[in-house]
Order: sequence, then structure tokens, then C-alpha cells
Amino acid sequence: MATYAQVIRPQETRVSGLRNPLPAVRRWSGRTQIAVVGVLVLMVGLVTWSVLAPSGRSGFRAEQLTVGSGSGADEVQLDTTVFIPDGVDESAPAAAVVLAHGFGGSQASMLEDARALAGQGYVVLTYSARGFGRSSGQIGLNSPDFEVADASVLLDLLAQRPEVIQDAAGDPRVGISGPSYGGALALLAAGYDDRVDAIVPQITWNSMVSAFFPNSVGSPVAATPAAGSPASDDGVFKQLWAGLFFSSGSALDPAAILAAQNGGGGLPDGVTNPVCGRFRPEVCAAYADAATTGRLSPETAAVLERSSPASVLDRITAPTLLIQGEADTLFTLSEADANARGIAASGTPVKVVWYTGGHDSSGSETDSERLLELTTEWFDFHLRGDGVDPGTGFEYAQVTGLSTNNGRPTSQTTLTERYPGLTDGATARVELALAGPTQQAVAPPGANPAAISSLPGLTQITGLVGGVVLDLPGQSAAFQSAVFDEPVQVVGTPTVSVRIAAPAGEAVLFAKLYDVDPDGQASLPQGLVAPVRLSGLPSTVDGAPPVEITLPAIAYRFEVGHAMRLVLATTDQAYLTPVQPAVYEVALNGTLSVPTVDGEPLDGASTPWIPFLLAVLGLAALSGAVGWLVMRRRRGSEVSDVDSDLLGVPLVTARLTKAYGDGFVAVQDLSFRVEPGQVVGLLGPNGAGKTTTLRMLMGLISPTAGELRVFGHRVHAGAPVLSRLGAFVEGTGFLPHLSGADNLSLYWRATGRPAADAHLAEALEISGLGAAMSKKVRTYSQGMRQRLAIAQSMLGLPDLLVLDEPTNGLDPPQIREMRQVLRRYADGTGRTVLVSSHLLAEVEQTCTHVVVMHKGRLVAQGTVGEVVGESSSVLIGVDDRLAAVRVLSGLSGVHSVQSTPDGVVVEINGTERSSLVRELVGAGVGVERFTPRRRLEDVFIALVGEGRHDVD
Amino acid sequence: MTSTDLTGAAAGYRPGATLGIWVELIRQLKRRRTKATFVFLAVLPLILILAFSVGSEEFEEGDGRINLVDVATAGSLNFVLFVLFATTGFFLVVVYALFFGDTIASEASWGSLRYLLASPVPRGRLLRQKFLVALILSLAALVTLTVVSLVAGAIVYGWDPVRTPVGITLGQGEAVVRLLAIVGYLAFTLLTVGSLAFMLSVITDAPLAAVGGAVFAMIIAAILDAIEALGEIRNYLPTENQFAWVGTLSEPMQTDEMLTGAIQTLAYSAVFLAVAFWHFGHKDIVS
Repeated sequence: MATYAQVIRPQETRVSGLRNPLPAVRRWSGRTQIAVVGVLVLMVGLVTWSVLAPSGRSGFRAEQLTVGSGSGADEVQLDTTVFIPDGVDESAPAAAVVLAHGFGGSQASMLEDARALAGQGYVVLTYSARGFGRSSGQIGLNSPDFEVADASVLLDLLAQRPEVIQDAAGDPRVGISGPSYGGALALLAAGYDDRVDAIVPQITWNSMVSAFFPNSVGSPVAATPAAGSPASDDGVFKQLWAGLFFSSGSALDPAAILAAQNGGGGLPDGVTNPVCGRFRPEVCAAYADAATTGRLSPETAAVLERSSPASVLDRITAPTLLIQGEADTLFTLSEADANARGIAASGTPVKVVWYTGGHDSSGSETDSERLLELTTEWFDFHLRGDGVDPGTGFEYAQVTGLSTNNGRPTSQTTLTERYPGLTDGATARVELALAGPTQQAVAPPGANPAAISSLPGLTQITGLVGGVVLDLPGQSAAFQSAVFDEPVQVVGTPTVSVRIAAPAGEAVLFAKLYDVDPDGQASLPQGLVAPVRLSGLPSTVDGAPPVEITLPAIAYRFEVGHAMRLVLATTDQAYLTPVQPAVYEVALNGTLSVPTVDGEPLDGASTPWIPFLLAVLGLAALSGAVGWLVMRRRRGSEVSDVDSDLLGVPLVTARLTKAYGDGFVAVQDLSFRVEPGQVVGLLGPNGAGKTTTLRMLMGLISPTAGELRVFGHRVHAGAPVLSRLGAFVEGTGFLPHLSGADNLSLYWRATGRPAADAHLAEALEISGLGAAMSKKVRTYSQGMRQRLAIAQSMLGLPDLLVLDEPTNGLDPPQIREMRQVLRRYADGTGRTVLVSSHLLAEVEQTCTHVVVMHKGRLVAQGTVGEVVGESSSVLIGVDDRLAAVRVLSGLSGVHSVQSTPDGVVVEINGTERSSLVRELVGAGVGVERFTPRRRLEDVFIALVGEGRHDVD
Repeated sequence: MTSTDLTGAAAGYRPGATLGIWVELIRQLKRRRTKATFVFLAVLPLILILAFSVGSEEFEEGDGRINLVDVATAGSLNFVLFVLFATTGFFLVVVYALFFGDTIASEASWGSLRYLLASPVPRGRLLRQKFLVALILSLAALVTLTVVSLVAGAIVYGWDPVRTPVGITLGQGEAVVRLLAIVGYLAFTLLTVGSLAFMLSVITDAPLAAVGGAVFAMIIAAILDAIEALGEIRNYLPTENQFAWVGTLSEPMQTDEMLTGAIQTLAYSAVFLAVAFWHFGHKDIVS
């Protein structure tokens, strides 16, 4: 702080910085203040820490391993890392968690989760699946023969680690978790290897067939919220997602392919066919077939079903936490629903969690934390027996707002104790009426241009308002609900019944449920679409059989003033649709059935505002109490610090000293006294310490030692006795934007004293500013400001008036006037005036008494006569100094005569000055000059050795 | 003039009556910069309305961040929210810094501070009154901005329910309650910059250094806040939770970050104000 002040105000370097120790009384109050500040800071710090402090995280070490798995041509080397938390060893083994990465990733993708779990004390194993990262081999799409077998090899590895708890020989205590590809692996491994003790599969599939060849025809197969339509072997190919999937596993460096074709080198390890990349041939063939025909062949179905957990769910005994994304057009909520039903059917505990992310979005910030918490909680209980039972409930999150610092959405989670319909009960449904005539929808030749519902894998946050949804005119039929007068909460798969006619008997349509806002703008929740493939349709809609459609599962709130719109479109660019042109007729057949799940909000009103407010009140009360105590003590010290002998004495200073931190002593041992009725001049050259003394008198700076008393009361900052003092020190101090009159009246109002006590009129008269009083002070000249400042100091007719160089800047008539004003002010009123000046003449003409200072010390004090006048000496310029000395020495009443180069200096003692001249002239000595010489000058010259420019 | 008081004070002098709130308020309100600030606060919403009316309605690709611009013109309440959103980061910071940072330092630079202190206004009381008046002016500024936006918005865009960028609708009554919570939160948490400016105002004699220093500090904090590599350190930056009031636009309201922000403000303000009061109580007034 001092440095800063020095930089901006270099002229003040001497006064910034530390002071010497204060007198005892003030030191005590300073300590009190430090204590108060300390307590406040401490309390605030504790409150802050308790709220903001992150939980402690312990360390771990990581071991890089290469693990061989498989045999013969299918033998691979898996790039693996084992994280061992600090403090875990054979004497204190821990449970293990295997983290499997998503498609296109590698073990590096799981690093953050691995750190978090290792921090919680788990031995964590991450690895790159075969065909990914630095692991060798080909992608078998979670084939039981390859990837699932690899997982068992990794469990064997954990079975040999002394740091891992073993349930039996060769059976480590282990959980598996992972997203998407890794999640399916967790399910499949738990199905094939009964050593797995708990799993947390995330955003993964139940059946590759229903994920990539969905067909939403038919009512939901179960009473669970997100139950999908019955399995179909003739769905619509989800081409964009499938293509993305395939390319991430097959993409190769073009240069490598070229080199291989030219015989200039082999393809990369694990690649035999550039088209298939690192995929195994049977997987590659299945994709090629699907992508070219758009239909599901039995061979493709066989490959996909082998890779689907659906086939092994009844074998899973490991408690399963299923986490599925709401923003997921790849693996929908219905996939998790099917997994939950399959696993729970054999009595295995299952908990279902829907969060706001998925393959299309990273989800809310709140969710990211929540998922880690849920995963840890699940493993804690099911692997370690720690913590509370996470149960077999259900929770879903909904975007409710915006994150404050990075624009990610925030969400609110709703909890229920059961996943409805899983073991008992059923999902509640509400029937809503839709309206709309029978409509025609055209399927364009080539299925182009196509409607856009979603862009796979792209973050859909922007899609929340407006977004990329695009329906093409003429290509769809739409039916709309009434405007809602209360919000409609949808949790699960809505269903609707329609009738469809197609001349060719076959149709592919895409059913979507839009949210239409009051402005008529439609948005498609999460970009989700229900494709339907129908055959055997009549050519007219009259008499066509009803078709039940299971719409995509959502967790979404339709607001008041909004409406639902069911759209059946003929194209969607995310799917492979028939290229034959067609015209369909679509009619409504009944109501829209909407599922909902009531639950309790998580952390509904848990923000601890009450403790916060209590803490604030407590702090306020504490600081108030301490402040009151300090004030009381202060007030006590003021009352007691009175010298009753000095009550009538306007000013006494006793050994007053002010030393600054840099060692500069501005005032030293200054003791003087000012009696009532006196006009005292404080005289000294510039830098004598006059202003410092006056600052101390005003309580602006505190003395280093000694004291000042005004009417017997010790002066300190804000001492009430200062109210009897009027001051003009070190220049004017006005608010430049106010008029002179406003300045004076506001100044007086700021003192809080009665307006009648101000004697404003007298002060104004003294200022002599007249009409200028109503002008803004910033327009004033220096002299006008000075006069206004002196008037301000006289407001309330203070008992002690202190003026610092009051005549600076005034012109000679004003100076003369000012002198009269000051004399009048004190004369006969008992009031006292203290004037500082470096001008001897001024003091002589204005003051009755004088205090002379030099270099911070007192030089002389007394009446002006005592100090200046009576025993004065005279300098006489003569043409003959020797003669003059001779003449003058002989005179009576002459004390001494001295010859100097300027003339003779005569000390006279009672003799008339005129007689000196007479005697000299009479003796024939020529008198050139006759100058009274004063004691003061002599004193100064003697003490200071400075020229007359200081004192004249 | 004589004294009968034990403290030796002049008749009619009471320390508790010095520098009344109203007196200080008049002293500040007559300043050109105070008037200019309020005029600008009242004009700003009108400028924004004008800007929206000349802007094109064309579809614009979002930058991936949700913000309140998208729904700014959905109604009066939406417009207020947008105005607050647009001013939270900088403009309101400057207003608070101005009212709190200018108050002592400008008196010191005019020289009037020493006359107030010698009159005498006890130092602690002078700071307290100055702080309260700065607070009143800052609150008035916030209320002015809100009310002008609300009224102008109601005339231009109508009195409609709030639509949040994620598609949630809040009825007018509910929205007004939440708006009050938002204004309250802003009023309180901006005290972080206010008390920082106030502390600087006590330490320096240059009003510009106090106001600019506080604004500068907040800008630095905001820049650091944008550096994700700083990790948890960012949680302690004073700007971390300045937009936490957006949580009131969730259904139900999410107030955790607001609480953190409020506690942070409490901590920062307590420290800054303690330093201000301690320093001013001991300082040699030499300006």
C-alpha cells in the first residue's frame, strides 16, 4: 500500500509508512481492532472453507502392462494399465474395477474415471480393447470369443494381484464399468464370467438389431416406462450412426493402403482388407450388407445378436447399475429398459438412471458429478459393503436451466424407489387428444431431400431452442394437441395409434413428437425419431387396420402454452429409406398415450440458505458487539482523559513529537501554550513543522510522542472537543461541483449541529464573496476559495480558530482586511486564534503572541513585544564607522555597539532612536540608512544561518 | 460558545449526528458523474431495444452456448433478464466500483476529507456513512436499470411469461419473485467489487486508482476464470459465481451456486471492509 501511494504521490513519501509505537492507550485499541478483524476473517474463512473445500484425494501409482490374450491367429497383446492406490498392498488389498472404453477410444479415454476411482481406494484396470489404441488384433464387436474372452483374461490377471481382494482362489473382487462399447462389454462379461461382482454399464445397447434396425410398430412390450415395441427383424437401417461407427473402426491412413496396393509394404498390423480396416471379416461383411441393402439379412442378424447383451441377461448375477442417456439417438432409453427387464427377471438387483447426456450430448454439469457419485456409491456398496444400499430405484434428470459459467445446461434429478413395471406395478399413462384430418405424405424419388431430425454425435445443446430440425413440405402428416394449460411431464415412450394407406402396400415412415411453443415454433425433444416399416397396407385409409406406434422414450416437460404435434414424415436423412416414390395417406386413430413417473426431486431445497443466513446474522451480531465494546472503551477513555486544570486553556502541547517511518522528525519536543483571547502566530520558515503541528491539532495525524490538549481534552482522531475548533489548514477543501453557499451549508449540516449555531451570515460577510456564493466552486479563483475556506472555518464561531497561512493568495487590501477580521474575532470575545505564517511582518501586525519554530523545535515564545519589539537593535549605515562607534558608545542608554561591514549595530536600552541620529549627525557622521533590527531576525540568523528571504 | 459536555464538545455536537445519510446523499447526488450514471442506466435498456429492433431476424448459428439473447425479446421479463445478463459481467461492476471507489478518494483529492474529519466526523462513522450512501446509490442504480427495462420492455414486447433458453416457461407472478431474488443476489454479490473499491478508496487519494483498480481486479479475475487449467483455484475467484443468479431460471430454482457466491462475497467483503476500516482508523490523513 505504501509503495502504491508513493508511486502516485511521490511528494508524500515521507509520510507514508509505519509509525513508531503508539502510546499505551491507543495501542490497546489498535490490538482490539486487529483482534476483531482476525476473528471476522477466521469465521468467514471457516464458513467459506466448509462450503467450498474439495474432498481430499489420495495418490496412487500406475503400472503399464501388456497382456496377451487368445491363441493362434487371434492372439492379441492388450495395452493395459493397473492403478494401485497408495496404502493398498497385500496386507490391505482392495476391490478392483475394470474400466472398458467406448468405441473408437482407448484406455486413455478412461484416465479421468480411473483417477477418480483410484482416489476412492479401488485398484483400477484400464485397457485398450483389441483393435483399439495400442492393443493389437481385430475388432470383433464385443464377440464372446474375443473381446469377452479378453475380459476374462484380465480378471485372471487381477486374480494374481496381491493388492486385490480375492473372493476365492482365482476369483478377484471386481466390478466392470464403461460407456457404450465398454458398457456392452460389462454386460456381456458379467453374463459369461460369473466372477464379476458388480457392473455399471453406461449408454449401451441391449440388442444391436433394435439399435441399428429399429422398427417402432406395435405397443410397448412391457409396463416399464421406456419399454419399446416388439422385436422386429425388418427395421429401418440407422445409416448415419452405423456409418460413423464403421468408419471409426476402419479408417486407415490412405498412404498405407496405397503402399500395400503397390506392393511397397504391408498393411498396418491387424489389417488384411483396406475396406474393413481393423474389423474382423464377418463384422465387415455384415456392415457392408446392411449399408448396401438397408435390410437385415439373417447373417447380419446373427453377427449382431452375438454381440448383444440381450442373449445373456438371464445369466447376469452381478448387481447392475444401468446408466442411459436421454440425448441419445444411437442407443435409446428403450435399450436400457430392455436390459433392466432382462436382468431383473432373474432376481438380480438393477437400478436405472437416465441422465441428460448420451451419444448426442455431454449432458449437464450436475449430471457429470452425479454419475461419478452414483458409480462410486454402487461399487462401494456392492464390492466393499460400504455405505448405504443404493437400492433398485429409478432416477431421471431433466435440463432445467443454464450453467452459469460455461453455458452447459444444468439439470434436476427426480427419484423414485422403483423402476415402474420392473418387478411390480406399471407406468402411469395419460391420454391426450390429437386432432388433424387425414393427410397425404409424399415419399420423394430417391428419398431426397430428406428431413433432418438429428446430426449423430453432435452436441445438441443448440437444438434446445430452434435447432437443426427440418421437415420438408408435403413429406409429412401432422396432428396437433390442444394448447396445454398445465405442464405435461413425459417420462418414457408415448404411444399413438394411426391408420396408414399405401398404394404399394408397404411404407416406411418416421414418427416424431414435437413440442410447439406459443409462437408456433416446433422443437423435437432430443432429435428422437421412431422409424416404422409396414407391409400389407391397404390402398385407402378407410378401413385400414390401426397401427400402434411406440414413440421414442423421452424425459421431457411440455410447458404451459405449448402443444404436442405428432408428425409422420416419409424421409429422414439419419436412416436408409426406400428410393421408390410413394404417396401415403395417414389418419389418426385415437389418442396419444403419454407415460409419466412421479418422484421426489433430488436435493430439492437442500441449498443451506438457513445456516448461511444464521452465519451472517451471527457475524453481524458479533461484530456489532465487539464494535460496541470498542466504542464504549473509547468513549470511556475520552471522558477520563481530561486535565481539569486546563479546561479553560484553548491549546497546550506537551513534548509533542512527530516522527515518520523513514526517520524524518517533523516536530520534536514541542511544548507551548495558548491562552484565551490571544491571537497567536505560529512562525517559522517553510519546513519548520508548523503544518504538521496543525494537522496533529486537527486529529488528522497522531503524534509519535507527547500530546495536545484543547480545552483540557486530549486530542485524537475525531475527538469531540474538535467541534470547538475551526480550521483552515493546508489549502481549501471544497466540493467543486457545488456552489460556495451549498458547500458551507452542507459542511455545517455534516457537523450535525443546529443550523442556528452556524452564524452563516457572519461567515458570509467575512468571505466577501457576495453574488459569487451561488456559483460553483470550480469556477472560483484561488483567492475566492481561500476566503470561502476561512469563512467555513469560522462557521459556528469556534472557540479556537486555526488558520494556516491565511493570507497566501490574497491581494494587499484583502490581507489588511483579513488582519482586522482576525483581531476582531478574538478581541474581547474570549475566542482564540492561532495563525501560522512564515511572514514575520504578518505575525507582527496581526498577532498578540508568537510561537517561533525551526526544524520542528520551539525557538521562542511570548508576546510579540517580548519576542520582537522591546529590546530591539538598530542597524545604522554610516560613512565613517569608527567615528560612529566612538560617538554612540558614549551615549547613555546604549547597551552595545558593534561594527559590521553593513554598518554599526546598536543595542539600545531605553534611548530614543531619534536621539541616535541626532547625535551622529551632530558629530559629523553621515547617516545613510537607519534600519530597526529585530531580535527575531537575529535569532533566526543565529540559529539557521539562512538568508533574510526566510524571515523579513 | 461554551461546552458543558464531558467530552468537551461544542453545544449541539453529537458524534452520532455527524454526516447524516441524507447530507451525504445530497453531496453525492449533486455530482455530475452520479447524475450521468443514472441517466445512462435509464437509457441503456432503450438502446438495447433499439438494437433489437434494427437487428435482422435471420437464423443465426449459435455458438454452442445457451444464453439469454436468444429469448431476449420474448417479453418484458425476458428482456429484463437479458439486460441483467448483459450488464452483470462489466457494466454493473463499473457502477459499483464507481460509487464505492470514488467516495473517499475524491474527498481526499478535493481536500474536503480533512475538514470533515476535523469537524469532527469520527473516522469509523465517516466510513460507515460513506459506505451506506454508496450502497444506496448502487442499489438505486440496479433498481433503475431493472425498472426501466421492465417498463420499456412491457411497452415494446408485452407483459408475457418468461421463457428460458431451455424452453421452460415461468408465469409472470413466479417470474417477478425470481427477478427480485436475482436483483437481491446481484445487489449483494456485487459488494465484492464494491468493498474492494471502497478499500482502495481508503488506501489511495486518487479516485481513478480506486475505481480503476477494482474494475481491473475483476477483469483479471474474469480472465483467470476462463483458464480451465487453473482447476479448483478458480472456485475462489470473485467472478466465479457472478452469473450464478441464472440458476433461478431453472425449474425448480438451483441456488447452490448462488449460496456459494453469497458466502464468497461475505468473505471477500469482510476482509476488504475490515482492512478499509482498520487502515482508515489508523491512517495519517495528509491529503
